Amino acid sequence: MSEVLVLVDAVDGAVRKSTTELLTAARRLGEPAAVWVGPGISDAAIAALGEYGATKVYVADGADLAQHPVAPAAEVLAQLVQQVAPAAVLVPSTADGKEVAGRLAIKVDSGIITDAVDVAADGDRIVATQSVFGGSTIVHSTVTRGVPIITVRGNAVAPEAAPASPARQDVSVSLSDAARKATITGHSAATKGGRPELAEAQVVVSGGRGVGSPDGFAVIESLADSLGAAVGASRAATDAGWYPHQYQVGQTGKTVSPQLYIANGISGAIQHRAGMQTSKTIVVVNKDPEAPIFELADFGVVGDLFAVVPQLTEEINKRK
Amino acid sequence: MTGEEPSVKIAVCVKQVPDTWAEKKLRAADSRLDREAADGVMNELDEYAVEEALQLIEAHGGEVVVVSMGPDRASETVRKALSMGADAGVHIVDDALGGSDAIATSAVIAAALAGRGFDLVIFGSESTDARMSVVPAMVAERLGWAQLTFAQKVEVSGSTVTIERVTESGFATVTAALPAVVSVVEKINEPRYPSFKGIMAAKKKPVETLSVSDLGLESAAVGAGAAWSAVNDFAARPPKAAGTVVTDEGDGGVKVADFLATQKFI
Repeated sequence: MSEVLVLVDAVDGAVRKSTTELLTAARRLGEPAAVWVGPGISDAAIAALGEYGATKVYVADGADLAQHPVAPAAEVLAQLVQQVAPAAVLVPSTADGKEVAGRLAIKVDSGIITDAVDVAADGDRIVATQSVFGGSTIVHSTVTRGVPIITVRGNAVAPEAAPASPARQDVSVSLSDAARKATITGHSAATKGGRPELAEAQVVVSGGRGVGSPDGFAVIESLADSLGAAVGASRAATDAGWYPHQYQVGQTGKTVSPQLYIANGISGAIQHRAGMQTSKTIVVVNKDPEAPIFELADFGVVGDLFAVVPQLTEEINKRK
Repeated sequence: MTGEEPSVKIAVCVKQVPDTWAEKKLRAADSRLDREAADGVMNELDEYAVEEALQLIEAHGGEVVVVSMGPDRASETVRKALSMGADAGVHIVDDALGGSDAIATSAVIAAALAGRGFDLVIFGSESTDARMSVVPAMVAERLGWAQLTFAQKVEVSGSTVTIERVTESGFATVTAALPAVVSVVEKINEPRYPSFKGIMAAKKKPVETLSVSDLGLESAAVGAGAAWSAVNDFAARPPKAAGTVVTDEGDGGVKVADFLATQKFI
């Protein structure tokens, strides 16, 4: 059976949830072979990859691989594609991942499909499912040249454990001059709160124009914390400076598809809907009964979020 | 002691896309985006790219050339960039380009940029129609230039460019020698509105039009027929069943909690 290369996304040496989702998807298409690029590999990480079915882990662990953005991972994958002739390459649909996939496509003369929410084998071809235009259209697509390179959206494929004992194979890569042209010289202090990352969270609690101020977001954060959720914000709220841009959900922000999305004080114009429309369950709190977002709601309350949200938070905490 | 900063020659790539606020649909006949169904506008993030280029030449001196690949009416988007202050335009227009995938688009753009002495090419990080975020990286790959993308801040000093690249936990500082490919995110600046004077001046600014063969490329290598991926089929998402909406009468929060309990979230 052909290998399916899966680019590992790890932070501080720990494998991220998106990688477990990609390994699960890869099992449908061939033998999952995880690809670790950069320093920090450990037996624990290899075991974690094996938990979700990786039968092989390619490790390219030079420190210089983490010193330059995007290009090194594309070179490692290109080398493996030539060596291994995989059935497909799966990459997380993050900013980095999409750019790695794009550069890889050029290097190995192959087509690319981004932001797939599902992949399936259909005879001898691989069909990707994409949810486009804010979730209004479902597309089935296929790469028609070369090795299919597919980026997979987070939280779209449910991870399923399938324990295997992966064989480690070290890969030596000498980076081209082009790959080393841009150098990472520093990182901002990690503003790591206790909350999950937006892209990975099972529950997202968002605030919009109705929140009214930076202080107003405190009630949003309390609700999020009662549910172990990530916090999101509409563009109106981030443009007004009430919450940082990196939490913006929408057309020019992040696209999320959690199990539960609670939208507070958000009207639901296309700009925002495009970022959260495919959430499995949607709850809405808004003062305006005509707000378009109620069309998406599985459950909605017309009311003042500053009354409803604290009451909801209290109820959730009471019932724990 | 004052040093003369060398001026910078900047290309800004812009794309005309369907109006953000309009519903987008694929055409039944060929599964391509229906671009006629809505007004065309400059891709929103490209406005930030144009603004950043203009701010850089205001600081350093130089020239901004707006580059766009698109059908005839994409010339409106080129004019908009000129009316914001870009100096000249390059419009790549050719019937053969219709339906090009990102692979072909990046080849066309790279061919248009190469050999013109640009120090920097700036893109918006993503377009609101395809939302792939791959073309800037692909162009960097093709040109062999440094890639500094998802920038919330850009600084040029001498022949070096440094950006703050947005990451999930904050940002990374990335630096490279020119020439380089940069893409920008919304946070970077506030795009200016074209002034009346700018709109009038734009009408006289030069716009070069280029065909596929002007770029030394083959028609067979671009367009729908050359794409390396294909849509097999598509359908509208089935409409969601209507949910329950209640009015808060002092118990709205409790009712939501009850709903969450029935759905086993709490």
